[in-house]
Amino acid sequence: MTDTPLSHIRNFSIVAHIDHGKSTLADRLIQSTGSIEQREMKEQILDSMDIERERGITIKAQTVRLEYDAEDGQHYVLNLIDTPGHVDFAYEVSRSLSACEGSLLVVDASQGVEAQTLANVYQAIDNNHEIVTVLNKVDLPAADSERVKEQIEEVIGLDASDAIPISAKTGVGVPDVLEAIVKRLPAPKTGDPNAPLKALLVDSWYDAYLGVIVLVRIIDGKLRKGQQIRMMGTDARYPVDRVGVITPKMVMVPDLGPGEIGFITASIKEVADTRVGDTITDDKKPTAEALPGFKPAQPVVFCGIFPIDAADFEDLRSAVGKLRLNDASFSFEMETSAALGFGFRCGFLGLLHLEIIQERLEREFNLDLIATAPSVVYHMTMTNGDQLDLHNPADMPDVVKIAAIEEPWIKATIMTPDDYLGAILKLCQERRGLQIDLSYVGSRAMVTYELPLNEVVFDFYDRLKSISKGYASFDYHIIGNREGDLVKMSILVNEEPVDALSMLVHRSAAEKRGRAMCEKLKELIPRHMFKIPVQAAIGGRVIARETIAALRKDVTAKCYGGDASRKRKLLDKQKAGKKRMRQFGKVEIPQEAFIEALKIGE
Amino acid sequence: MTLPQIPDPRKPANDAGRPAINGDDGTPGFGVYLHWPFCAAKCPYCDFNSHVRHGGVDQSAYAAAFQREIAHMRALSGPREVTSIFIGGGTPSLMDPETVAAVLDAVAGAWHVPEGIEITMEANPSSVEASRFRGYRAAGVNRVSMGVQALNDKDLKFLGRLHSVTEALTAIDLAREIFPRMSFDLIYARPDQKPDHWAKELEQAIALAADHLSLYQLTIEEGTPFFGLRQAGKLHVPDGEHSAELYELTQDVTAQYGLPAYEISNHARPGAESRHNLTYWRYGDYAGIGPGAHGRLKTGNLKLATATERRPEGWLEMVGTSGHGIAETEELDAVTQSDEMLLMGLRLTEGIDLDRWKKLSGRDLDADQVDFLTSLNLIERIGRNRLRCTPQGMLVLDAVVADLAF
Ligand SMILES: Nc1nc2c(ncn2[C@@H]2O[C@H](COP(=O)(O)OP(=O)(O)OP(=O)(O)O)[C@@H](O)[C@H]2O)c(=O)[nH]1
Ligand SMILES: C[S@@+](CC[C@H](N)C(=O)[O-])C[C@H]1O[C@@H](n2cnc3c(N)ncnc32)[C@H](O)[C@@H]1O
Ligand code: SF4
Ligand SMILES: [Mg+2]
Repeated sequence: MTDTPLSHIRNFSIVAHIDHGKSTLADRLIQSTGSIEQREMKEQILDSMDIERERGITIKAQTVRLEYDAEDGQHYVLNLIDTPGHVDFAYEVSRSLSACEGSLLVVDASQGVEAQTLANVYQAIDNNHEIVTVLNKVDLPAADSERVKEQIEEVIGLDASDAIPISAKTGVGVPDVLEAIVKRLPAPKTGDPNAPLKALLVDSWYDAYLGVIVLVRIIDGKLRKGQQIRMMGTDARYPVDRVGVITPKMVMVPDLGPGEIGFITASIKEVADTRVGDTITDDKKPTAEALPGFKPAQPVVFCGIFPIDAADFEDLRSAVGKLRLNDASFSFEMETSAALGFGFRCGFLGLLHLEIIQERLEREFNLDLIATAPSVVYHMTMTNGDQLDLHNPADMPDVVKIAAIEEPWIKATIMTPDDYLGAILKLCQERRGLQIDLSYVGSRAMVTYELPLNEVVFDFYDRLKSISKGYASFDYHIIGNREGDLVKMSILVNEEPVDALSMLVHRSAAEKRGRAMCEKLKELIPRHMFKIPVQAAIGGRVIARETIAALRKDVTAKCYGGDASRKRKLLDKQKAGKKRMRQFGKVEIPQEAFIEALKIGE
Repeated sequence: MTLPQIPDPRKPANDAGRPAINGDDGTPGFGVYLHWPFCAAKCPYCDFNSHVRHGGVDQSAYAAAFQREIAHMRALSGPREVTSIFIGGGTPSLMDPETVAAVLDAVAGAWHVPEGIEITMEANPSSVEASRFRGYRAAGVNRVSMGVQALNDKDLKFLGRLHSVTEALTAIDLAREIFPRMSFDLIYARPDQKPDHWAKELEQAIALAADHLSLYQLTIEEGTPFFGLRQAGKLHVPDGEHSAELYELTQDVTAQYGLPAYEISNHARPGAESRHNLTYWRYGDYAGIGPGAHGRLKTGNLKLATATERRPEGWLEMVGTSGHGIAETEELDAVTQSDEMLLMGLRLTEGIDLDRWKKLSGRDLDADQVDFLTSLNLIERIGRNRLRCTPQGMLVLDAVVADLAF
């Protein structure tokens, strides 16, 4: 395997905006190089998790090694990395890029350049990648290659004259892509097979059969089975159990040499024991200098996750532990709530990540869960000088002890047809945004805003999608903390505070947010036999109020001897339903109401 | 107008100073229910076990099957004294008088049936059916309950009824003449029904009534044509405030005219309540005979819930082969029995006997719940051992029961 000379290796990532066809193009490349038998082929074969297949999105970057006989009569090894398009998983893209020398930039020819196209291509440029641009979906009637080429040149500043028109769906143009990979993307620059081992830890994941699998890119030296390796960052040492490549089947090989991408297993217990970006070297003959590595992915969105049935808490504990084995970007610690009982405060890369983890916990571990409203990490400076990171609004210290509260801000790029620009600017403005830039490419506008992340996790994304009828795209990255006039808003139902619903909001948004929450709860909490006030309050001051009227009529008109059994079964159901209710004084709030109230959006 | 004096609901009606024509002695009693599962046409709101058989039915075959199943139920219940008999449906007034006579005779042969007990039959008020009234009377029926449903032709048509107002009026007259006791049913809270229109219709009904009326709010039952229409947004029935208003109006008007509610939807001059239905609400025992009939029978220490096969032909066949059509038998445990007693009993103005409830359930009602519901003026204690819903409580009875049963 290591017989391939450097000059005949090409390592590249496929990058694009969400749904522009990266995984489908990967399918075609896998297929046309005969890496997998026809009968084993399926759509987006690299999206192997159930949740990826159901949602039709890529969450985890995937690597495949392809063998390609080029038109020049030579045999090449191509290492392809299919990356996710969604902003929450930008970290997957960045580490994939660092394992490659080139990128295929896929742009949907019917949609054009979108926010993540920009974000991802700029990352590729920052990594000094050669870029081959591919215009996908030319089979669609709405495809307009010429217009999209202009856009690419104007917005990104890339020469698009040699962009390759393809249809990843029908396969048209795919041979041209393979040739361009060989001809236009560079081979790995350096690599000495005899130097001490130096390899980049690109990724790691947990496999039920093989344990922790580590994806590596070899820079220098060789990596072989039985070798004693050392992770330079964590100083952990392991003997290598297996060495292999992914084709996309896992195929064992004797060793991996410079320029190659492959995997190893080494009886590592947890994914958390491996640090993505770390340098792997030979324990006995280490390399002098480690690779620069990269910053770990930091969770930015937090929420509480609780079992609906308190008896499931232990199951939840073991489930979050197991998921964490496979996803080091997700964090958790125990939390208790008066409303929801025992659970965990969890950290995520973004809202989609949150949603996916919750769904995986429910599905893979058969749990019924409830998640509280997402919030961000607030940095507090206390009057006594103490510094504190607040992950949960319910833990907010007494206001008189707080000197200042800082919140994370982001830089957001939004691309939209200009018809929706007005409404989008208004939305950003309402969310305390600061406009940084606004430019046009044809009839598409591109705006850059700085925004508090707090405003984005509320329901920004849903609002953006709805006001632009789905046409606006959005990308962001964190730019740092800024001080803000933030207050804790409590929600009281029948005079009792409901801790799970409290949140930190900017003073200027408190009333509106409070009113919206009260109105929503009014719809969601079923009528009781008495009227129930629902209030939002800051400190002791009520800022919004709604009243749930008392139940007016609830009685079965007809009930004779033949109805007793049916009515009793209904009563049994009601009783079971009551078990799923949370009691606040005399008020019973159904779990479903919490779930709805806590949903972002609407 | 001065309101008539309403007697103390605790006392059996025959203690109220007036002779109780229903023979009620205040006990739960033992009733016999016979289900005739056929109708001339299916009404769009109805989810009863009723079937249309255009080819006609072999009544003698059914009569024979009823006789066999009666014998089977008698074996289950042991010897008992019957306090009432009820022939319901479906449309029992499609039965030949001979069929009615045959089943009533079979009941009398199986259990002890005292002279003069209430024997009710449901009847549809069309002219054909009214023509058989004398035959039913001769067979032993002493009370009819007629499905009049509305007193205007437009609404009768909307309800899919086959009779007209004129026919109904004739049938009412005839029934009053032939039977010692007579009641009829109306369905209200119809789409767009205005309170003042309903009040007029109700007064008209009270004028036609003898001493008993059943007044049901239209319920949209799952699986009926009306349910589909409502799902499709093509049918809107009064709900919430509007339906509560109509209900309260109904209570007021009937009470004013001396026919107060003794149950959510049933009104009678005191002493003229349906003895048979009281047995259901007081959670007494009853044998359920015929296709799709339900029963509650004590055998030994057990209380059994029985339900027979719903499909008439299937039932007939089962009875033919095994002597009964019982498709489900369930032994009711203490919790189930006490739940049933609560949900049936609180429908009555007389409420429930707490001592009896405690004996069934083995526990007391949750004192906090009782206090809380009392503080909301939804339930009230009467005397040492009775609990009942207040008029406000009746409006939200299902929620009250759910809280108490928990
Ligand atoms: N008509 C047409 N549809 C295509 C083409 N390529 C991809 N699609 C469709 O576009 C959708 C998205 O394709 P994917 O390959 O999953 O896109 P992706 O870029 O991997 O998406 P993420 O991983 O979620 O960012 C799927 O429904 C594909 O079938 C094409 O050339 N023509
Ligand atoms: C057993 S049913 C039928 C008796 C007889 N077959 C008839 O329809 O006249 C008894 C009564 O229940 C009432 N009823 C039936 N279905 C109803 C519904 N969906 N809503 C309200 N009342 C209903 C009608 O008033 C009906 O007369
Ligand atoms: S006649 Fe009575 S039982 Fe028959 S379908 Fe109509 S309402 Fe139902
Ligand atoms: Mg994908």
